[in-house]
Amino acid sequence: MAEESKKLMYVNRRAPYGTIYAWESLEVVLIGAAFDQDVSLAFMDDGVYQLTKGQSTEGSGMKNFSPTYSALGDYEVTKIYVEKESMQERGLTLEDLQHLVWEDEDDDWAERDSIRLVSRDELAKVMAEQDVLFNF
Amino acid sequence: MSILHIVNKSPYEKNSLDVAAGYAQDGDSVLLIEDAVYAAAKSGKASAKLNGLDVSVLGSDLAARGISEDKLVDGVAVVDYAGFVDLVEAKDTVQSWL
Repeated sequence: MAEESKKLMYVNRRAPYGTIYAWESLEVVLIGAAFDQDVSLAFMDDGVYQLTKGQSTEGSGMKNFSPTYSALGDYEVTKIYVEKESMQERGLTLEDLQHLVWEDEDDDWAERDSIRLVSRDELAKVMAEQDVLFNF
Repeated sequence: MSILHIVNKSPYEKNSLDVAAGYAQDGDSVLLIEDAVYAAAKSGKASAKLNGLDVSVLGSDLAARGISEDKLVDGVAVVDYAGFVDLVEAKDTVQSWL
């Protein structure tokens, strides 16, 4: 990690297909991952729907970009915060989300979970530590 | 005069479904498309908004969002695009609550 690396957080609050925000965010995250920064993602409000598994867009003619989230670990995007309150309001549990992992090179490439289910208060504290917040 | 009320916004982000439900009269129907289909997931809080309404959802928009039919509120009908057209034809007019 470069000495001047900043802490960047991408805050995702929109459902995946009704608007272009979710896809745009994912593209910016992947492009940004090429730069050596401390990146984390937050999913809250309807943004938690972006991570659900079983998305199938053949019938609606849209691009299914949900498999791309599983590539985030390979781009060293390993901190994915999901807000508990938003999940509960929508009746979702971790079982409804994709199982996103990253491989820890300091521990013989052991697989680790990327998703951290956090409360609003906990997420607020993580946000307060960031240098830059990007909202989508 | 019967109306088909079409809602396309998430009930967790916009109040379109509340407004449509408030205007729906006996004999009217509500069709949920795009992000509005999240309202039909029975485990979510917004499913209560469907009480007392005749509700259909567009199947391809459910599938895009990974919602399987066994997770829907009881009594909600799943339609394809042809069924969408049938609903439009069955009512006197259409109101799209954008």
